[in-house]
Amino acid sequence: MARVLLFGPLRDLAGWRERDGIEAASIGALKALLAKEDARLGAALSGPGVQVALDQAIVRGDQPIGPRAEVAFLPPMSGG
Amino acid sequence: MITLTEEPFDPGALLSEFSKGRSEVGAVATFTGLARAEAGGTTILELEAYPGFTEAAIGQIADEARARFELDDLMIRHRIGKIAPGEAIVFVATAARHRRAAFEACDFLMDYLKSRAPFWKKAHGPDGEHWIEPRAEDHRDIARWDEETPQ
Repeated sequence: MARVLLFGPLRDLAGWRERDGIEAASIGALKALLAKEDARLGAALSGPGVQVALDQAIVRGDQPIGPRAEVAFLPPMSGG
Repeated sequence: MITLTEEPFDPGALLSEFSKGRSEVGAVATFTGLARAEAGGTTILELEAYPGFTEAAIGQIADEARARFELDDLMIRHRIGKIAPGEAIVFVATAARHRRAAFEACDFLMDYLKSRAPFWKKAHGPDGEHWIEPRAEDHRDIARWDEETPQ
């Protein structure tokens, strides 16, 4: 069960910012699940420069997701 | 000190506060970023952060600056939420014994804040809204710090 957060343009594309209680055992499974629901979002989640934070730490590649994990998809950042 | 705030701030007042009571610091450098109107194309800028994560990431950038430059202190204030043209978005101040470290650390911090700090920026205007992506220049700016030998 994961809480999923979307930021920036990903949020607008999906039409939601946060969803709780998504059943996925890994980042890869979570992406596949979201892509099945919304192909455009699925493609964007794997798009250039999109980073994934698992429990507020950046992770690369596929990673298992523990219970009550927080997974955030972070498109290219633009501060200042 | 690192602060994210939805409230407008006065960069001059922050500079006075930051400079106050320092007797061994020979140099204070600052940078203030202002929201641009883009000739009427932008009426509001909206900055989104990831609460907790954004502060931690800026803390890491600040730690990196402290490790690379001989700094006595630094201050970063960054707006989130809705920002009107002409208002300050970001204020960075660095204090060092000598000016070079203060200038360079300020430059370094801004380059990292532009493209490595977790913020997402949307421009609202009469023609609608769009997300602002980092520019090629921002990527080139940050790459400079990989090439240069730290002090």
